[in-house]
Amino acid sequence: MALSRLSSRSTTLLHPLATTSLLRRRHISTDTTPLTVETSLPFTSHLISPPSRSVSTSSQELLSFFHDMALMRRMEIAADSLYKAKLIRGFCHLYDGQEAVAIGMEAAITKKDAIITSYRDHCTFLGRGGGLYEAFSELMGRKTGCSNGKGGSMHFYKKDASFYGGHGIVGAQAPLGCGLAFAQKYLKDEAVTFTLYGDGAANQGQLFEALNIAALWDLPAVLVCENNHYGMGTAEWRSAKSPAYFKRGDYVPGLKVDGMDALAVKQACKFAKEHALKNGPIILEMDTYRYHGHSMSDPGSTYRTRDEISGVRQVRDPIDRVRKLIISHDIATEKELKDMEKEVRKEVDEAVAQAKESPIPEPSELFTNIYVKGFGSESFGADRKELRATLP
Amino acid sequence: MASLLGRFCRKMVVPGSAHGGARLVSTTTSCESETVKSLNLYSAINQALHIALETDPRSYVFGEDVGFGGVFRCTTGLAERFGKNRVFNTPLCEQGIVGFGIGLAAMGNRAVVEIQFADYIYPAFDQIVNEAAKFRYRSGNQFNCGGLTIRAPYGAVGHGGHYHSQSPEAFFCHVPGIKVVIPRSPREAKGLLLSSIRDPNPVVFFEPKWLYRQAVEEVPEHDYMIPLSEAEVIREGNDITLVGWGAQLTVMEQACLDAEKEGISCELIDLKTLLPWDKETVEASVKKTGRLLISHEAPVTGGFGAEISATILERCFLKLEAPVSRVCGLDTPFPLVFEPFYMPTKNKASFFCSSVSSPSKTHTFSCRH
Repeated sequence: MALSRLSSRSTTLLHPLATTSLLRRRHISTDTTPLTVETSLPFTSHLISPPSRSVSTSSQELLSFFHDMALMRRMEIAADSLYKAKLIRGFCHLYDGQEAVAIGMEAAITKKDAIITSYRDHCTFLGRGGGLYEAFSELMGRKTGCSNGKGGSMHFYKKDASFYGGHGIVGAQAPLGCGLAFAQKYLKDEAVTFTLYGDGAANQGQLFEALNIAALWDLPAVLVCENNHYGMGTAEWRSAKSPAYFKRGDYVPGLKVDGMDALAVKQACKFAKEHALKNGPIILEMDTYRYHGHSMSDPGSTYRTRDEISGVRQVRDPIDRVRKLIISHDIATEKELKDMEKEVRKEVDEAVAQAKESPIPEPSELFTNIYVKGFGSESFGADRKELRATLP
Repeated sequence: MASLLGRFCRKMVVPGSAHGGARLVSTTTSCESETVKSLNLYSAINQALHIALETDPRSYVFGEDVGFGGVFRCTTGLAERFGKNRVFNTPLCEQGIVGFGIGLAAMGNRAVVEIQFADYIYPAFDQIVNEAAKFRYRSGNQFNCGGLTIRAPYGAVGHGGHYHSQSPEAFFCHVPGIKVVIPRSPREAKGLLLSSIRDPNPVVFFEPKWLYRQAVEEVPEHDYMIPLSEAEVIREGNDITLVGWGAQLTVMEQACLDAEKEGISCELIDLKTLLPWDKETVEASVKKTGRLLISHEAPVTGGFGAEISATILERCFLKLEAPVSRVCGLDTPFPLVFEPFYMPTKNKASFFCSSVSSPSKTHTFSCRH
């Protein structure tokens, strides 16, 4: 990812911002000099001592956070326009507002750690190293998409980055994720699985089955509840007796994290990974928010007020938080960040244009990969008689 | 796929008419004695739910998001009219919702449960198969959950993909103890839904989601029921019998019109109730025409068409002039971009209909068997 030029300056406007953190002034930022920032809010914990609020980061990391989150934000907005232009069809669930969770998590883990999530997976895919071109192609159902155009918005995967997708059925990924963790424990490769689910899925029976199994067998599973407070149109207080999702594990320790603060997410994920490798499962509840509705067919304003949405955008927006940190730490100027955003926009527009040109899958792809290749399943024409073909 | 904004011919079904035999249905294009209103499918279902809750004070409607009207607006106005104690939202847990409904029904209430999409019904499959279907049987008739009705939108919608387009009716037709009902139009839906809710057996009611807005029909405003387990001949003919249900009937009707241009007269039957299904009507029709074509959106292997085919073969073997044909979805997961190839379109149905007039094709078919 391109980093903007770092300029040295002796005269600066430094505004220690009350809303964010205790700041340490630095005049000139070198790329990876450690920097310590405090998280916006303390961690709330259940059955465990919370990690420290002081997060070690660096200028390079903060800039990459900014760039990557801006990229994700831009991608989701571009997907919005593409959907309205009917180039993306079907269902499209956008992640804007929640970028800090994807970014913070990536900063704490490696590509050997597995991530599995729900259908709101575009940005998670990008975080795992997925390309914009593959993402847009998949959204538009083209051959060059990450799932060869056969999955669509809800089914992004990336095997080489241990990204197990992309699931349409709510909560189905929870036991799956624990299964992945089980395999990792067997393989002894010091990796964990981050299983993401939402506040709506938290009420699914299979989640509790997965938790029990993970705790019983000490699996290196980190269950992350991305609590954006609305399960489609239902507010959490209407659907859950206990909206303290980090405590729902009962015998499984939990941590509540400000999901709009990428550094807090990073700290929590690092902490959770260490815990899971030694002691078994842990739940992380990310207090986050989505600006768009549940999907593109949901305006998002029938069950919450526009004031609430704009309020969160003004006070808690993850990109703005990092922007303010960067500016106040003198890592880059406002103008440089704006330039970075412009570049990101250009990058996204180019990827969209390229993806629009890419071809749709061959009709024969309808029959591929139902079973393993060479299995020889047969398919028939309309009347089951005239046409008989052995499928790949 | 042809645009299927349809005005369906109105057919009068005489309630309480005898079972069995090919039913001749009288058609009228206007009716003086009842007030009717032009409604689409979701409004007709909404009306049925209003009537059901009004006429039985111990009936309840619940499911995900039904309070504000539901994602397809089928439950609009119910919570406002009947209160949050009778029309309420549940958390996101299909197994819990259906199990809860079974319990409520076991206490003598009418529980009208909504599963948001038929694709999500599988967590509840255990409850339906192992609890709902067997409750009366295993308790020696001491208990039953007949007041349970499960409504779910099913079927392709053009862009639904893997998890918003499935047709799972075949799984449920394999379970003695429940009934499976699928309406084809607004007028049918209202009558069938009221019958299903009032039927003393648990019913799974699949609504073709494609028709929620597309289908518009004159629907009587009063309380009426259409009997279950009675198929309807909606188009008469002599050369070939076509059997289907739900949204697929509009496709088949197009195929019938095309076939008519070639001089083939098609008889179209709406099964309406898949379990238990009206074997007599279909049998009588096939004995008249000698040919049968079954069409459904679900994949062909193991689809309900297989059951119809096997039964008709048993009953009408000597009267059949050609093997029973099934024009169905392909044996793949419901695809995303490939939906137009997957679907049993009218062209695929017409292809087989036209075999009636080409004996060579028929000969080929019987040879391959």
